[in-house]
Amino acid sequence: MPDTLPSDSVGLVTPETLHFDEPLALACGQTLNSWDLVVETYGTLNSDRTNAVLICHALSGHHHAAGYHTMEDRKPGWWDTCIGPGKPIDTNRFFVVSLNNLGGCHGSTGPNTLNPETGELYGPDFPVVTVLDWVNSQAALANRLGIERWAAVVGGSLGGMQALQWSISYPDRIRHAVVIASTPRLTAQNIAFNEVARRAITSDIDFHQGRYYEHNTVPRSGLMLARMVGHITYLSDASMGEKFGRELRDQAYQFGYDAEFQVESYLRYQGERFSETFDANTYLLMTRALDYFDPAYESGNDLVKALEKAHCEFLVVSFSTDWRFTPARSEELVNAMMAARRKVSYAEIDAPWGHDAFLIPTPRYSAVFSAYMGRVAREVGA
Amino acid sequence: MRADLEIIQQWIAPGGHVLDLGCGDGTLLDYLQRERQITGYGLEINPDHITECMTKGVAVIEQNLDTQGLSNFDDDSFDTVLMTQALQAVRRPDIVLDEMMRLGREGIVTFPNFAYWRLRWYLMWQGRMPESETLPHKWYNTPNIHLCTFRDFEALCHQKNFRICNRMVVDGEHQDRWLSRLWPNMLGQIAIYRITRGD
Repeated sequence: MPDTLPSDSVGLVTPETLHFDEPLALACGQTLNSWDLVVETYGTLNSDRTNAVLICHALSGHHHAAGYHTMEDRKPGWWDTCIGPGKPIDTNRFFVVSLNNLGGCHGSTGPNTLNPETGELYGPDFPVVTVLDWVNSQAALANRLGIERWAAVVGGSLGGMQALQWSISYPDRIRHAVVIASTPRLTAQNIAFNEVARRAITSDIDFHQGRYYEHNTVPRSGLMLARMVGHITYLSDASMGEKFGRELRDQAYQFGYDAEFQVESYLRYQGERFSETFDANTYLLMTRALDYFDPAYESGNDLVKALEKAHCEFLVVSFSTDWRFTPARSEELVNAMMAARRKVSYAEIDAPWGHDAFLIPTPRYSAVFSAYMGRVAREVGA
Repeated sequence: MRADLEIIQQWIAPGGHVLDLGCGDGTLLDYLQRERQITGYGLEINPDHITECMTKGVAVIEQNLDTQGLSNFDDDSFDTVLMTQALQAVRRPDIVLDEMMRLGREGIVTFPNFAYWRLRWYLMWQGRMPESETLPHKWYNTPNIHLCTFRDFEALCHQKNFRICNRMVVDGEHQDRWLSRLWPNMLGQIAIYRITRGD
């Protein structure tokens, strides 16, 4: 809890719920007739409405990207390191919009909210939404906020996929797409890890085919396992080695199966904490959205052709130790962008933290991010 | 404006698609974008230079010619492939030249001439590896691992059947002097070559 808020913080922020009564046709064939998005904004929209930046969140993210909700908050928003006055996404220049995506579990319409048509919680009946569905809902949000064209759509990991989808689906409504630690599609290995996570949840005895709310329970151990395996893929061998090594909690081996190594207890702690705050159905949905993401699919599996639809400029950033979405995946994307003759810049940041590096500001990452966004700001007169 | 940019820009078709190998801080591409309305990319590995390119709005790709090569680009994907003052610093200049000619309709290459009279003089009288304003490094820490002379370069082009369309020989300030035109391999410090495939 900070006594005073840091000077480079956006400060105290309040989320807002926006209600939409316009039907949203989803990729799965279903339609959401009425839906809510929880949104936070930072900074001020200029009179020309040219300085708006959309932040897209990753698997476990939400609308609270920067600042604090109360003075009692232990931590700021999940991307506070990159959003704020003087930070790469400079709120003195940009009007920043951050939302919780549909299917999320932090207030936007999703499995843990009421289905207005039945009066019951959606639960497993909430449709499987895709990255394109999210982008369509975000376009409705832009309309609501009076933003014709985003200065930039920015995201890391699954968020980067949304930025990429924006560039293809709404080419005239986005000037820049910033795609960080992301990939044009999941590999078999990525899908395999997601499947392990999903099986951990669905095979939990408390899962009840997703209707655990009705049984007043949650598949806690399944969600915990899913998070544990996911968490391993977000870190790197080197960063885990650095942080935990083979350190034991006690002096000697106990010759049992409790958490004896520090890394075991860390993973259990992370998993437990996550299972108390995250919704299992949302976790299933988010991992499926990841699996399905493949913008080349509709262009005959030709990523170059897909990207030829885009008009915006791109910044692509990867991290050297990211083995979830490796630099090679970003390079595949960059090569397709160049083959499509799109304007793109690419940097591979040397950082030890694996996939999570996109959340951690290193001098070079901040320099690259700030340089690019600074130019975006100048371009839109912010 | 830098004299070499003035020379190079004359050889770039307006609106062309350009690849700059080792683009540095993006000065050349930035200039060509504004003055010649070109599109294209710079490849660079120096982090500070990459950041400077992004600030300028030059599309820069972090890619190492020595370790990653250029196989990610298709044949004939650029009108011009540029390489200024970097040929002598790559591991295999011959392969890079082959690649330049594969990717681009035209190549523009600049490099320092190791047969420049001052360098010859330095080696002859001091008996040590030459140093100059253009080549300020020691033999053990120089990034310039494949220095050559104008004659060497032209012999390689001949061997590879590349056609030399233009050659400008300039001094360290990239000024064109009549003396260096007279006897380039002795009196020229830096050459700017425009080459194409010979076939």
